[in-house]
Amino acid sequence: MDWTAILLTGLAGVLATAGPLVMAAIGEALSERAGVVNLSLNGTLILSAMTGFAVAVATGSLAAGFLGGAVVGAAAALLVAVAGITLRQSQVAVGFVLALTLKDLAYFLGTPVMGAAGPRLDVLPVPLLERLPVVGPLLFRQDVMTYASFLLIAAAWVWIYRTRPGLTLRGLGEQPAAAFVRGADVTRLRYLYTVAGGALVGLAGPMYSLSVKAGWKGTISGLDGLGWIALALTIFGGWHPLRIAAGAYLFAFLQWLGVVLQPFLPGIPSQVLQVAPFPFMILTLVLVNVGQAEWTGRLLALLPEGGRRRLAGLLRLLRANPPAALGQTFERE
Amino acid sequence: MIRARSLWLRTGGPVIGVGVAVLAAAGLLLLAGASPLEAFRQMGLGAFGSVNRLADVLVVWGPLVLVTAGLLVTFAAGLWNIGIEGQIVMGAIGVTGVLRLLQDAPLPPWLVLSIALAAGMTAGAAWAVLAGLLKTIGGVNEIFGGLGLNFIASALILWLIFGPWKRPGIGSMSGTEPFPESLGLPTLAGTRLSLWSLALGLAAVGAIALLLSRSALGLRLRAVGLNARAAFLLGVPTWRNLLVAFGLCGALAGLAGFVQVTAVYHRLIPSISSGYGFLGLLVALIIRYRAVWVVPVAAFFAAITIGGIQLPIALQLDSSLSGVLQGLLVLGVLFSDGLRHRAAARS
Repeated sequence: MDWTAILLTGLAGVLATAGPLVMAAIGEALSERAGVVNLSLNGTLILSAMTGFAVAVATGSLAAGFLGGAVVGAAAALLVAVAGITLRQSQVAVGFVLALTLKDLAYFLGTPVMGAAGPRLDVLPVPLLERLPVVGPLLFRQDVMTYASFLLIAAAWVWIYRTRPGLTLRGLGEQPAAAFVRGADVTRLRYLYTVAGGALVGLAGPMYSLSVKAGWKGTISGLDGLGWIALALTIFGGWHPLRIAAGAYLFAFLQWLGVVLQPFLPGIPSQVLQVAPFPFMILTLVLVNVGQAEWTGRLLALLPEGGRRRLAGLLRLLRANPPAALGQTFERE
Repeated sequence: MIRARSLWLRTGGPVIGVGVAVLAAAGLLLLAGASPLEAFRQMGLGAFGSVNRLADVLVVWGPLVLVTAGLLVTFAAGLWNIGIEGQIVMGAIGVTGVLRLLQDAPLPPWLVLSIALAAGMTAGAAWAVLAGLLKTIGGVNEIFGGLGLNFIASALILWLIFGPWKRPGIGSMSGTEPFPESLGLPTLAGTRLSLWSLALGLAAVGAIALLLSRSALGLRLRAVGLNARAAFLLGVPTWRNLLVAFGLCGALAGLAGFVQVTAVYHRLIPSISSGYGFLGLLVALIIRYRAVWVVPVAAFFAAITIGGIQLPIALQLDSSLSGVLQGLLVLGVLFSDGLRHRAAARS
């Protein structure tokens, strides 16, 4: 194999490993756009990965496995919605407790299938298109869920920015009172988006356990932390599907780079390279956020005209504002 | 009728929440094919069955009380200090750094330990203040700043253990070379329990309770926590108080790291925080941030953690049931609280 082929295989792998993150982070973005923050991702992802694998092993059906994962994700999100919307508890508190509890629950209930041999999603090349140079091996020689993650990016973008329900969705998170006056059933829609977003997170779990990191190995499944990353991607991506996807691909690319470069960096323990992309994500978050800070504006005002405009433009490009009513209960007057 | 019901809900609510949580855990045990009563009995034996077990519970209790006391401060200021895990880790790294540097120096052990303690508290506080600066200057929500700093701290501790501080020969997950016995806190014979750890925990809770309820600083912190904007308009320097809250909490987390290194493990290990930071968050949530409850509830949660170790030995069950049970208890109380408020709002 020549270098281009190796590179293409690697990059195709990056697109596949980022798939679950895309799925989970866009699911979370839908929920947060509606004004509900579901902090349970890290637990939901691990529990749905275990459930999806266990169901697939028991039934021999991959579809049933993914369905099982989605049900787990939807159920976890429903708990957050009931506590946060109906019972007016802190969404952050309930989500955080679930993040810890569901993780341990996965380890507890997953013992019987630990290390079991299970089915795995096959690559399903798209006829004709897979022969295209470069694009073919990258985009059209993936498994069905990776295609789904590609489609979700486009679908979510169209839904949020180009449809009427999408307009209402944005209103739910920004100005729920205004959405209510315009006839939207705020509470019902928030439930709907939270549960649907949770189901997408629940699909991400089996995407690991039935494809990207096939199998269930308990605490050493290598899934711990990814849910937190998905949550960070939602914010880093400014609740915007395209930017979220860009972030997920960047993260997966950095992880791949860590693996590829390891032989060339003998001084750095492999454990460190594996976690290196995580701090990088946070640095990016800082960059995204400084654009908003009040002092940045004052600092910019001191710079000479030309540089200032360019820098301000760059910061504006990075900028992302959270939905104004995120995490708040909506009270009908 | 309605009044009687609301009174019943007020007192009975949390009890019902705890009851439902225990029932849910029993259901999970049945699902795993085990007898719930036998499992709970084994957990009880695992926590209180012998003097050594009881000592182990208290070994967990000390650092858990320290971090929970710290979290009361950040919660009072309206902050979610998820970065507490990293703050414990940084504290432990600071302690280990000082001990490594001074272990061969001609200094009395108490002095070396005191310097290490100061270094641990400073490192923990600095890491927490960093999360605070990210929030106040960078505009990064403390939950995400804290999570990121947790990841950085765990990368740093791995790098130290496998890199510069590795054991002669090869670095491993078992940690750094153990320190000489003279550089550890004295422990009760045959156990890992140090009375110093208990004393530090009790002192911390007492001090924090007084600080929050009786001091001007406590009042300012609570004002910021209740309504940051109003407090700012009334002349309370919001961001400075937020940083103070972070610093205090981080210092106590660093102190927990000190206890873990000098009393429990006598070296630096990758999992030096033992997850006590997140466990402390659970304790703070279930007691609704009230200082009087820290001591008993932390003891109960510590007993669940230690009791769970018995499960794989006696019943071939995974010890993660402890975490599930702790989480279910918190969820039970949160939900019953919500139901109570809802019932109160209706009547």
